[in-house]
Amino acid sequence: MEVPYTVKNRPDTGLYNAKIGIWLFLASEVMLFGALFSSYILLRVTAQEGEWPTELLNVPIGTVNTLVLILSSVTVVMAWASLKLNNFKKFKFYQGLTVICAMIFVMIKSYEYRDKFTHHDVILTNGMRVDGHLVEETSEYIVLSHPLEYPAEKGIGYRPTALHEAEEEANAHGGGHHHTEDRKIMLSDIEKRTNWGPWANTYFAIYFTLTGLHALHVIGGALVMAYFWGPGSRMWKKNPEQFTNRIEVSGLFWHFVDLVWIFLFPILYLL
Amino acid sequence: MDSTEAKEHHGAEHDAGHGHDHHDPGFMRKYIFSTDHKIIGIQYGLTSLLFMLAGFFLIAVMRWSIAFPGEPLPVIGSLLNTFMAGMTSPVLDPETNELIGYAISNDLYNSFGAMHGTIMVFLAVVPLAFAAFGNYVVPLQIGAIDMAFPRLNMASYHLFLLGGLVMLGSFFIPGGPAQAGWTSYSPLATSIPTDGQLYWLIAMVIIITSSLLGAVNFIATIIQLRAPGMTWMRLPFFCWAQFVTAFLLLLAFPPLEVGALLQLMDRVAGTSFYLPTGLAISSMQDVSGGGSPLLYQHLFWFLGHPEVYVLILPAMGVVSEIIANNTRKPIWGYKSLVYSTLVLGFLSFIVWAHHMYLTGMGTKISTFFQTTTMIISIPSVIILTCLFISLWGGSIRFNTPMLFALAFLPMFGIGGLTGLPLGFNYSDIHLHDTYYVIGHFHYVVAPGTIFALIAGIYFWYPKLTGRYMSEFWGKVHFWCSFVFMNLTFQPMFAQGMAGMERRMADGGAGYSVANNPDAIGALADQFLKLNVNITFAAYALGLSQIPFIINLFYSISKGRSVESDNPWQSTTLEWQTPTPPPHGNFTTPPKVFAGPYEYSVPGAAQDYNPQNQKS
Repeated sequence: MEVPYTVKNRPDTGLYNAKIGIWLFLASEVMLFGALFSSYILLRVTAQEGEWPTELLNVPIGTVNTLVLILSSVTVVMAWASLKLNNFKKFKFYQGLTVICAMIFVMIKSYEYRDKFTHHDVILTNGMRVDGHLVEETSEYIVLSHPLEYPAEKGIGYRPTALHEAEEEANAHGGGHHHTEDRKIMLSDIEKRTNWGPWANTYFAIYFTLTGLHALHVIGGALVMAYFWGPGSRMWKKNPEQFTNRIEVSGLFWHFVDLVWIFLFPILYLL
Repeated sequence: MDSTEAKEHHGAEHDAGHGHDHHDPGFMRKYIFSTDHKIIGIQYGLTSLLFMLAGFFLIAVMRWSIAFPGEPLPVIGSLLNTFMAGMTSPVLDPETNELIGYAISNDLYNSFGAMHGTIMVFLAVVPLAFAAFGNYVVPLQIGAIDMAFPRLNMASYHLFLLGGLVMLGSFFIPGGPAQAGWTSYSPLATSIPTDGQLYWLIAMVIIITSSLLGAVNFIATIIQLRAPGMTWMRLPFFCWAQFVTAFLLLLAFPPLEVGALLQLMDRVAGTSFYLPTGLAISSMQDVSGGGSPLLYQHLFWFLGHPEVYVLILPAMGVVSEIIANNTRKPIWGYKSLVYSTLVLGFLSFIVWAHHMYLTGMGTKISTFFQTTTMIISIPSVIILTCLFISLWGGSIRFNTPMLFALAFLPMFGIGGLTGLPLGFNYSDIHLHDTYYVIGHFHYVVAPGTIFALIAGIYFWYPKLTGRYMSEFWGKVHFWCSFVFMNLTFQPMFAQGMAGMERRMADGGAGYSVANNPDAIGALADQFLKLNVNITFAAYALGLSQIPFIINLFYSISKGRSVESDNPWQSTTLEWQTPTPPPHGNFTTPPKVFAGPYEYSVPGAAQDYNPQNQKS
């Protein structure tokens, strides 16, 4: 006695159970990320001047990561198609490639995270703000590389756009210029210091929450696909049809994960 | 599945009477790690009934504090002091200065209030209505051998249990459980010092995951595993109700999960999603600000309102099954019921902000949500009307399940109609956060949903055990519950309209005329005195459940045996199985030939025509 339609399609719905299950699961995932995107919008439109830094993230790196995920969504289809064509070796190749893409994505993302966590924002007692990468820290001073200095009221992570720069030029006070030499700051000159973690500001908070949750999905998906590449692929010999279905279902999840990134990339990196 | 093979298999199984694998699966596999939808349904049922008892215990303690503020708790005062040291306040004799007992502190009152709501909604009523009844009845009613994903089903129950235990565990940590109400509004919930809030959030994420798995499973089961001939319009209304409920859970819970995640980030990672700039709370000096407290309320109520229909739709499903069966005639307006339920499901996603009229979100938004709220009352009224008209001309059997189902109709009616003044933003300004609101939603859930669920327990009990529950004690249970339920919640409307606010440990005594002789709008004595009446009515209501609890367990072995597999002469498929249904449910794979409510078909030999028989 077995539950029907675990492998074969039910004639009137044209679906097997797991396929409808994954689509329903993805519907709830849409609501999950939908709520997060809505939160992003609400927080951003209600943010005061200087509370929402833009152009902080590295667009070329983000683009590379986008391409990596797009490539993986091609290979995940190829893996499934290879099984449909009864070519197990090709499946192994493409499935492995997908997992590698997922790992590359996570590695690049961790590099970006590390970059933010080591980036420090310092408000000086004289009302200026300096941010840069922490390279040295002692009990008396800290050293920031590639420091950027601007008035504190410009807000965290202020980056002068072309328009701003023109204004700044006219304004003799200046500011917002990258200095190539490292900057040594005495702790006694510091009023407040934080790194660019989620606690720094609501922008960083939503950035880390959105990308963190997405990264968890990537890791989860990669683990499942690695399982199907490795020990799980034994099922191919016993029940090839069900195994192909499993690859299809995990592939559907993977496409969803890619799709979320397609939305994350513009709202976090470009806008 | 090969149908002939399955047929043989089923036959053999029915004879053997246990375990389909030709060996006894053992206690753990059979009752703890079972993948059988019926066992899981019973697991859910017993667990949620226990949680309901726990939730009642909390309110019983709170009601004492409301009626007799500052007076020592009888019986359990010192016990509470032992378990929750530091959360109770010792009461001294004013003359001799001797310790005469313990009252609950205001903090503990807040904790109990938060946990009463949370336990009742998320751990008692929803699991009982959706998971317990749904698991047991839906696969049987659609003629399936099990749920579509049996192992997922097991995981769903285990996660639910884990979430519940984490929630209960927070009672035993220093500082006690969450204190910010079942809604856990930020920034209050974020700034309250107890770690109980952390437990609350983690438990909620676990429970939401569990309900997500359940919802996927239910929808997939109903779509994929209907027996041959079980078309959508032959689906018993109970299945339709569960189907829509599952969609509500599937789509409405994720935003609450986001709400909980963001609050978790606020507590753990120091973010400020819900903490605005310039927040002046001494314990929250070092936050970055820039967040929005309104965001949490939106995320919470986006679940919160569909949740109301999660509570009520399964109840309506149960009631319609029982009414059709005991009036011996088809449900009036089956299609209207189905379409109303679907409309209700859709609309329930766009009414959430009627809980937020007083947040200052703006009159235009209020107007929109007020309009949708009025529209959503239409399908609710259609459903209730169909059920009322179904009684017309029936030859009604007044057995215990029917009594509870009949009481559901006016009780839910009161609950629903008293919601209208809350749905209009003008009248809500006065009624918001008063005991009127408490009365309103308790009428919907307590004598509404819970009555329907109790009706369901009496109704399906013979299928589970092969024995009836005692009719006499059932009727005692019904009449006592019915009277005391109304005595408990009816006076709250008067208190609320007089302006008595909810969530006060002294039950409003601090705002009474006696304490504020010169204040305009102070609470008149007559409303304050009702607190005592309500408290005793609530205790009597609790005692009224004792016959039910004894009946429930006593009848398993000592109740009157059923005469047949279909003791209520019902049409739906769950009764066309052996009693209790074996693993795999049906002796022969069922085929469906008729609609769900073919009672008293003119010219037929008997007054009911089971769905799997050609008429």
